[in-house]
Amino acid sequence: MKQLLQARREWLLLAIIGVIALAVGARAPVFLSWRNGMDIANDSAILAILVMGQMGVLLTRGIDLSVASNLALTGMVCALVGRAMPGVPIGVLLLLALAVGAALGSLNGWLITRFDLPPIVVTLGTLSAFRGAIFVASKGAWISDQDIHVAIKGLPREQWLGLPALVWFALVVLVVWAVFLKLRREGRELYALGGNPHAAQYVGIPVKSRLMLVYTLSGMLAGLAGLLWVGRYSIAYTELASGYELTVVAACVIGGVSIGGGVGSVLGAALGVLFIGVVNGALPVIQVSPFWQQAIAGAVILISVMVNARAERRGGRLILERVDMKGRAA
Amino acid sequence: MTDFLLQLRGIHKRYGAVTVLKDVDLDLRAGEVLALIGENGAGKSTMVKLLTGVVPFEEGTILLNGQLQKFANARASQAAGILAVHQETVMFEELSVAENIFMGRHLLRGGLVDWATMNTQAQAVLTHIGARFVATTLVKDLSLAERHLVEIARALSQKASVVILDEPTAALSQQEIRDFYGIVRQLRDQGVGVIFITHKFDEIFAVADRYLVLRDGAAVGSGVIAEATEQGLVKLMAGRAIDQIYPHVNSVPGEVVMEVKNLSHPTEFNNLSFALKRGEILGFYGLVGSGRSEAMLALMGLNPEATGSFVVEGKPLQPRRPADSIAAGLAYVPEERQRQGGILSFSVLQNISLAGLARFARGPWLSQLQESALCSSMVARLRIKTDSHDTPLSGLSGGNQQKVVIAKWLGLNPRIVILDEPTKGIDVGAKQAVYQLIAEMVEQGLAVILISSELPEVMNLAHRVVVMRRGLQVAEYARGAADAECIVAAASGLEMGEEVTA
Repeated sequence: MKQLLQARREWLLLAIIGVIALAVGARAPVFLSWRNGMDIANDSAILAILVMGQMGVLLTRGIDLSVASNLALTGMVCALVGRAMPGVPIGVLLLLALAVGAALGSLNGWLITRFDLPPIVVTLGTLSAFRGAIFVASKGAWISDQDIHVAIKGLPREQWLGLPALVWFALVVLVVWAVFLKLRREGRELYALGGNPHAAQYVGIPVKSRLMLVYTLSGMLAGLAGLLWVGRYSIAYTELASGYELTVVAACVIGGVSIGGGVGSVLGAALGVLFIGVVNGALPVIQVSPFWQQAIAGAVILISVMVNARAERRGGRLILERVDMKGRAA
Repeated sequence: MTDFLLQLRGIHKRYGAVTVLKDVDLDLRAGEVLALIGENGAGKSTMVKLLTGVVPFEEGTILLNGQLQKFANARASQAAGILAVHQETVMFEELSVAENIFMGRHLLRGGLVDWATMNTQAQAVLTHIGARFVATTLVKDLSLAERHLVEIARALSQKASVVILDEPTAALSQQEIRDFYGIVRQLRDQGVGVIFITHKFDEIFAVADRYLVLRDGAAVGSGVIAEATEQGLVKLMAGRAIDQIYPHVNSVPGEVVMEVKNLSHPTEFNNLSFALKRGEILGFYGLVGSGRSEAMLALMGLNPEATGSFVVEGKPLQPRRPADSIAAGLAYVPEERQRQGGILSFSVLQNISLAGLARFARGPWLSQLQESALCSSMVARLRIKTDSHDTPLSGLSGGNQQKVVIAKWLGLNPRIVILDEPTKGIDVGAKQAVYQLIAEMVEQGLAVILISSELPEVMNLAHRVVVMRRGLQVAEYARGAADAECIVAAASGLEMGEEVTA
């Protein structure tokens, strides 16, 4: 029954997204055009990749605030390498992005597991440190359109089977991650680890290596997102995607991933991404002043989190005999 | 020598400066049930943690099948064939029963989790132990007793040579306990060595072959159950006779100070009514999870869904916040000392003055002089052993920590004190001090509600005992009016169990 409820919540979120899209479409039909849909999908794709990494971390009761800085730093490294070596193929750049991102993520994991530090503190520290590193690497200069490697710029503009490359990247990440969480032992252990860390130790889950895994993965996906971001917007600079980590966490929470650990589904998180994509896409279309857009987007996020929290709040413990419970339900 | 399955020699374990196990030897043969007996804080749980690899030991040797073992972590211990059913349920609430049973060793096929086989195997074990829920249920939807069955299923589903049962029957009904005895005997007949930890003597005599008694971290006696008597074991456990542990409570209950009527809650308890008199100790006995603490939280305004009427000293009380109840003269000393009670990093003085900070205010500032005066008087009155007022709470022994928590509330000059499991996890000496303190409190005219899962405690201290089961008030006895079996039967619903089997 609880599973049904869980599934129903995801349907509810999907329905809300549909209602918003239709309502906005009624006022501005352009919103429902294929082109606009692809714009939203493209924007959401990068967010979705980041959200999958963040979700793994949240499942273990952690948080990774350094993802946006990681994204920007990896993006900058890729842009610099691309400028220095115009002949380098895209495959090498992709591997580079994944490797740099994973290295930065594993630094988080190492600090957290080696010194037993709270994730929020560690990743808040690396959030600043990575930003600083971008400034050092780029000497504060922007790398603009003409200096971005052709292949990096080209990638987000590719279309395969009628869908943009970015969407394909996101779909692959989503599917692989969903299979990992449902069908790999390590994936299942992430739920256990966040659900009851104390018990996880008792049943012999290697806690530290699992934590290492989620932070490295989160970093790796942030690195991938960095390369795609730089390609999509054709620019790399120190403040790139600044503050975006909060959007990533918000999408997770809207999608029903619990900050308290142990709860969350890939489908839910993906819908959380879509929700943010639709709301952000809708506000300019219905001519809300850009000054208000951020405030409204924030308010919408708060409201949806509040609704989620209310739905999750349980009544007291069940102590009385169940007989009368059934009687009441009947 | 080699006919022992498990042999422990000279085991030492220290937590910081506190020695919790000293020079303990333990022998376990294949196909026998060893009862590990001891008071709370005697070191039984620490033994379990050592054997399951959750904490390391400093000195001594563990031989399993004649081979030296180190048990560096939980996985190593499990791989060696030692499994435990833990006292605190070690469960993943958001996951299914099947997954809880197989957590840490998911069944795989081609590197992927084999859900179908896992569910079938889990269901088979559940059916075998008589569980009446399916393997795909989420654990958060199970009752406490059902969760215990999941734990037992987890232990049974693995090939174990040693099974440790840490108070496995605490939350089970009589019927389930009988089924459980059958499972224990079955394990024994399969040649498994069982270490059975329990407080209940009827269980020891029902299933155990031999016993080992721990007291204050040392092994003080062992032998064959057939040659042991209950009195003998009690004396070994406590190291002194019962009448030396419990003080004589001299006070005679006076007029009614609090009356509770129809205290109810949608899911936790129903229709509780009782009166409390001045100078009286009213015991609340029941199994863990019978709704005792939840009801007391309602008295303190911490259980918003509760309904009912309270009259305190002739005035109706409708507590919405703890402050309302505190103002009416109630104080609640919670069960989990470290989570809800004291703040370990704060000093003794800061802990004691915490509950009444408002009274020390001089304008916007706290008056240190008054704080320190209160602290001195409490340290003297409760005989708290501490180096100074500035010692952090973490530097005190368990019993003294508990006294500090009680002192915090006594500083508010309450007329009614609710003590929730005040002696949980502290050694016998500290218990004695807490009992003495309770006796003194009622002699000074306070009224005390004593919630306890330890029967001797309520039977020896309380003027009256209210028994709760599954959120209901099922019986009330005056001191001396009921024997232990009678009270346990009421608390566990024995009569009901008999009807079912008849």
